[in-house]
Amino acid sequence: MSSQQAILPEVEPLLKNRVSLGQSVQNSLTMAYRGLLKLRRTPEQLIDVTLQPLIFTLMFTYIFGGAISGNVHSYLPVIIPGILVQTVITTSVVTGVQLREDMDKGVFDRFKSLPIARIAPLAGALLADTIRYAIATTLTFTMGYILGYRPSGGLGHVAVAAVLVIVCAWAMSWIFAFFGVIARTASSVQGISLLILFPLTFLSNAFVPVKTMPHWLQWFVHINPLSHLVSAVRELADSGTIGSNLGISLIGAAVVVLIFAPLTVRNYMRRA
Amino acid sequence: MSRASNSEIKRESMWAVEAESLVKSFGTHRAVDGIHMQVRTGTIYGVLGPNGAGKTTTIRMLATLLKPDAGTARIFGHDVVREPYRVRQLIGVTGQYASVDETLSATENLVIFSRLLGLSRSDAKRKAAELLEEFDLVEAAKRPLKKFSGGMRRRLDLAASLIAQPPLIFLDEPTTGLDPRTRSQMWDTIRRLVKTGSTVLLTTQYLDEADQLADRIAVIDHGRVVAEGTVDELKMSVGTSSLQLQLKNAAEIQSACRMIEKVLGVKAIVSSEAGGITAPMADADRVTDLLLYFRESGIGLAEMSVQKPTLDEVFLTITGHDTGQNLGKTPEGAASEEEFLS
Ligand SMILES: Nc1ncnc2c1ncn2[C@@H]1O[C@H](COP(=O)(O)OP(=O)(O)OP(=O)(O)O)[C@@H](O)[C@H]1O
Ligand SMILES: [Mg+2]
Repeated sequence: MSSQQAILPEVEPLLKNRVSLGQSVQNSLTMAYRGLLKLRRTPEQLIDVTLQPLIFTLMFTYIFGGAISGNVHSYLPVIIPGILVQTVITTSVVTGVQLREDMDKGVFDRFKSLPIARIAPLAGALLADTIRYAIATTLTFTMGYILGYRPSGGLGHVAVAAVLVIVCAWAMSWIFAFFGVIARTASSVQGISLLILFPLTFLSNAFVPVKTMPHWLQWFVHINPLSHLVSAVRELADSGTIGSNLGISLIGAAVVVLIFAPLTVRNYMRRA
Repeated sequence: MSRASNSEIKRESMWAVEAESLVKSFGTHRAVDGIHMQVRTGTIYGVLGPNGAGKTTTIRMLATLLKPDAGTARIFGHDVVREPYRVRQLIGVTGQYASVDETLSATENLVIFSRLLGLSRSDAKRKAAELLEEFDLVEAAKRPLKKFSGGMRRRLDLAASLIAQPPLIFLDEPTTGLDPRTRSQMWDTIRRLVKTGSTVLLTTQYLDEADQLADRIAVIDHGRVVAEGTVDELKMSVGTSSLQLQLKNAAEIQSACRMIEKVLGVKAIVSSEAGGITAPMADADRVTDLLLYFRESGIGLAEMSVQKPTLDEVFLTITGHDTGQNLGKTPEGAASEEEFLS
C-alpha cells in the first residue's frame, strides 16, 4: 500500500468552507431540472393539474351556472377565475407532499453528502413546481374558452392574470413546503394542507357572489386574500383593470413568503 | 471540487480519518458509544460488526450526515462539524440503502450528480458515459432504476460516489445482498479504487470480505470498538483454526478422540452431529501423523475440513458473548471458509 501515490486532498486554501451565491443558484437550477425530469418520467404526477381544471370547470359551470348567474354563459366570467385560483393553489399542496417524500428517500442522503448549497433541493423543488401551476393555468383558461368564455380584457391581460396566479401559488407553496419539512409523513402533509386550503378556497368569492352569504361570513370572505386574488383575475380578464385587488394579492403573497420562507429554510436546514 | 492532486504529504494528511470518542444516542439508546478510529491514507479500512452494532451511524457521522453528540472526527484534518462543506469535497458516500433516484435512469442520475458537482453539461454527459462503461451499465443506461437488479443498483450507487474522484470513499455494506459473482466483481472494483490512490472505509458483516479487502479492521459491537488490527492480528487473537472430522462409524468416536489427544496434544470436542469431532489445530503438520494413525487403526473418515476462525469466534473471544446471528458466513454458506486438506 505504501509504494503507490495516494490521492490527497487539494492544497488547503483551495477548499472553501462555504458555497458562493452563484453556485447556490446553479445547484438550485440543477435540482429544478431534476424535478422536471422526474415529472417527465412519471407523467401520472400531472393528473391533478390536468384533470382537476377540466372536471371542476365542467361541473361547477353546469351545476351552479343557472342558479347563480341565470345561465351558463354569464357564469363563466365568475367561475373561470374562481376555478383557476382554486386549482392552482391546490396544486401547490403537492410541493409539500413531494418534498416530504423526497426527503425520506435515500437519494437525499447523497444530496446531503455532496458539496452543494444545502438549500438547493428545496429551492429546486419550489422552482420546478411552477411548471405545474403553468399547466393548470393554461388548461383552465383553455377549458373556459371551449365552453365559450371570451374575456374582454384581451389576451395580454389574461396573461398578466395567469402570471399573477402562478406567483401567488408559488408563494402559497412555501406554506405547504413548511409542513412538508416539519411533518413526519407525506400523508399528514396532505391532511394538514387540505385542512387549511378548503376554508380558504370555499370561504371566498371564487364560486358564489358574496352578497348571498350571511354577514359574519362576508367579513371573513372580505379579508380572505384569495378573494382578492380572484377579484384581481376577474378585473384583469374582464376589463384589463390593474387595481387594488392586484396590489393586495401581491402584498399577501409577499407576506406569506416573508413569514414562511425563513421558517421553512430554518427547519429544513436543521433537518437536512 | 476535489479533483485529485498529488500534493506533498502533510503530517495531518497521513490520516484520512481520525475519530475520537464519537458518541451518538437515539433517545436513551447509545448507538455509537465512544468510537475511536484512525484510517491511514491510501488503505482500505474495514469496519466489521453485526446488525445494529452502529456501523451505519458511525459512517453517517464521518460523512457529515449526522451530528455527533460528543467526540470529534476529522477527515484529512478537517473537522466534520466545523468544516462540513470542506469535508464534503473530500468524500464520496455509498450508503447502505440505494442513494440514487428511483424514477430516473442511470444516465440521468449520474448527469445530475455531476452537474451538482460543478461539471459543465458536456463534461457531465461524458463523465456519466465513462462511469457507465466502467461499471458495466451501458445497456441499462436509459432504463429507469425501478427495473434494475440489486447488483446494478449497487454498482450505480458506487459509480455516483466516484464522479468527483474523492480521496476518501465510504462504502456501507457494499456487497450485502449481492450474489457471489457480483460480489467478487465489487471486490475487484474496490481494489482498483485503492490502486488509483483512494482511501476506502467500508463496513461489512462478513469476516471473509474484510479478510479479502481490508488492510486493517475495527470490530465494533454495541457502538464500541472491541478489537482493532490487521486481519492476521485479529485472527491470531481468536486462536487457531479448528480441525473438523466426520467419522464413518460413530461408534469409533471415543478411540478417535483418544488418538487426537495423543497425537495433537489437544482436547477434542465431540460435536452434536453423530460421529462429528472438532479439535483446535495449532500445527497443521501433525495432522499428517493423525491421519496415518487413523488408517492404521482402521478408523474411517467420512469428511474432513479445516474451519478458519469466524467472526462468531472473534466475537465470542473478544466480547464473551455471541453475535446472536449467523455471522462470519458468506452468502454462499460456510463452505468458502473451509479449506479441504485432501
Ligand atoms: N434514526 C434512528 N433513530 C433511532 N434509532 C436508530 C436510528 N438509526 C439507528 N438507530 C439504532 O442505532 C443502532 C445502530 O444502528 P446502525 O444502523 O448504526 O447499525 P448497523 O451496524 O449499521 O447495523 P446493520 O448491519 O443492520 O446496518 C441500532 O440499534 C438502531 O436501531
Ligand atoms: Mg448499517
